[in-house]
Amino acid sequence: MKNVLLICFKEFKGYFVSPIAYAVMALFALIFGFGFYTATRDMVQLGFRAQMMGQQQPMSINDQIIRPLLGFAGTIALFLIPMITMRLVAEEKRNGTIELLLTSPIKDIEIILGKWCGAMLLYLCVLGMSVLNIAMLFMWGKPDLKPVLVAYLGLILQGGCLLAIGTFVSTTTRNQIVAGGVTFFVSLLLWLLSWFTAFDATGFSQVINYLSIVTHMENFSKGVIDSKDIVFYLSMIFFSLFLTSRSMESLRWRS
Amino acid sequence: MRPNGNYHVCSDQGHNNMIKVEGLTKRYARTVAVDNISFEVEKGQIVGFLGPNGAGKTTTMRVLTCFLPPTSGTANVAGYDVLENPMEVKKRIGYLPETPPVYPEMEVNEYLRFTGRLKGISSAEIAKKVDEVVGRCALGDVRSKLIGKLSKGYRQRVGLAQAIIHNPDVLILDEPTSGLDPKQIIEIRELLKQLSGEHTIILSTHILTEVEQSCERVIIISQGKLVAIDSVANLTNRLRGSESVALEVEAADGSPNPGEVQQRLEQVSGVSRVVLKDSKNGRLAFEVESLQGRIIRSELARSVVQSGWNLSELRAVGLSLEDIFLELTSTEKKKAAPADAAAKEIEGGKK
Repeated sequence: MKNVLLICFKEFKGYFVSPIAYAVMALFALIFGFGFYTATRDMVQLGFRAQMMGQQQPMSINDQIIRPLLGFAGTIALFLIPMITMRLVAEEKRNGTIELLLTSPIKDIEIILGKWCGAMLLYLCVLGMSVLNIAMLFMWGKPDLKPVLVAYLGLILQGGCLLAIGTFVSTTTRNQIVAGGVTFFVSLLLWLLSWFTAFDATGFSQVINYLSIVTHMENFSKGVIDSKDIVFYLSMIFFSLFLTSRSMESLRWRS
Repeated sequence: MRPNGNYHVCSDQGHNNMIKVEGLTKRYARTVAVDNISFEVEKGQIVGFLGPNGAGKTTTMRVLTCFLPPTSGTANVAGYDVLENPMEVKKRIGYLPETPPVYPEMEVNEYLRFTGRLKGISSAEIAKKVDEVVGRCALGDVRSKLIGKLSKGYRQRVGLAQAIIHNPDVLILDEPTSGLDPKQIIEIRELLKQLSGEHTIILSTHILTEVEQSCERVIIISQGKLVAIDSVANLTNRLRGSESVALEVEAADGSPNPGEVQQRLEQVSGVSRVVLKDSKNGRLAFEVESLQGRIIRSELARSVVQSGWNLSELRAVGLSLEDIFLELTSTEKKKAAPADAAAKEIEGGKK
């Protein structure tokens, strides 16, 4: 456990001495802020219009702003996560520092967990940027807190899942660009799986649909915790980290 | 002269073997990197690991450090097998790979703290250990600099500091002096000498003087096979039973007659061969070889002085490790070694 934390903090610090952390956080804040602006503006306009028509429709900040916005955050994360994970192992392989880690009295799984946790911490920081915007809604409105928390839980699980996949891809190459690119396309594929099968109800496409990362996110953004979704994300994380540890071990046998 | 094949039989069977390698073989997809190597290293020794590029030095070291698993055979470090007990082995090993494993974006201090903690030093002790190792490797000036901004020499020293921070029993250094300037090489050499008492050190290199200077024993491998393992002195003696002497003669009055001097030297008892190497400004340089097992230096000196010439230089020329190395690792190993060496020297003389 001590070793996991050691590696975790080393990775986390590593992000902040390189431009990666700032770039990822700034990009996320920019895009999310833009989404926040449009969503809020639309809601306000809609509210005015409804008042002018004399309708007394109840309007919900949760439904109008927060839910689509946090769903959108998940999509942005899809693009940013490869930037976070691409260096994790590939850079160590390029620098030769992997030799230091693998010859130190520390287990492979501790290295992997440490790296994944470090990436996770940065991801939490990135999500933290969105909290600023959401907090504004709480200051001037009265949204329901619980669905927001559930949506964040979903985002964290989805992020953890993609980060684990990215960590795995990073162990397979010494080139960061390749690691980033492949992670991006794998993430994209997992996202698109839900599109292909949206109007198809056969058994096979149900399975494909289940594998899509985004379908499991939908429930969370509605504020619904379904054990099915949690199991999906946790098993994806576990499976990817397992693959990573296999891949690390094969480093020894192949190199 | 024993046949080359017998060298791997280890003569000194100490009980306190720090490293014990038996029948180690490492095969990659198509090539055999290390082929059935066996050797032992005693506690506190400095052993030089010698071989041309691609001989399998790094691979052997990587097996010892648990970075690579052996294809077959066993390797024991401090009594623990590298396959069965890698954690225990890793705790007792300090390893400096060929390129120092440093993070360019870290400061020296920070890096040493990280590696120290990684090697199991407790947080209470870490500051003390870092200070100690910074002092030892003379890193005081660069403590708070980014490693990425350091010169190659400093980076190498940071790498070495990382290897010794947890005070390991065994130090494995892959070409520790590559890329350093002569002053730094001497510093590293001094450091290794200091460390050798308490630590067992294996260092690989292809620089032969390196081994002559700092190692007690040499392991020579070539194309994955063990060629020789012995002390530096023994290895030199083994290949050369006779003594070779460089001699410079000067006449008191003008230049002496080369033929006359040569004839005179050949008459000294025990001399087998005299070669005129050089003559300029009235000085004649000879190389004189003795018969097997004869010591001829004092006789030569007396004979020169008695003939009325000045003896301006007289020194023993050992067969350098370079010659031995070339001989052992060259593919034509069948030839008798002394004859080979003699032939090489004659060639050298002609040049």
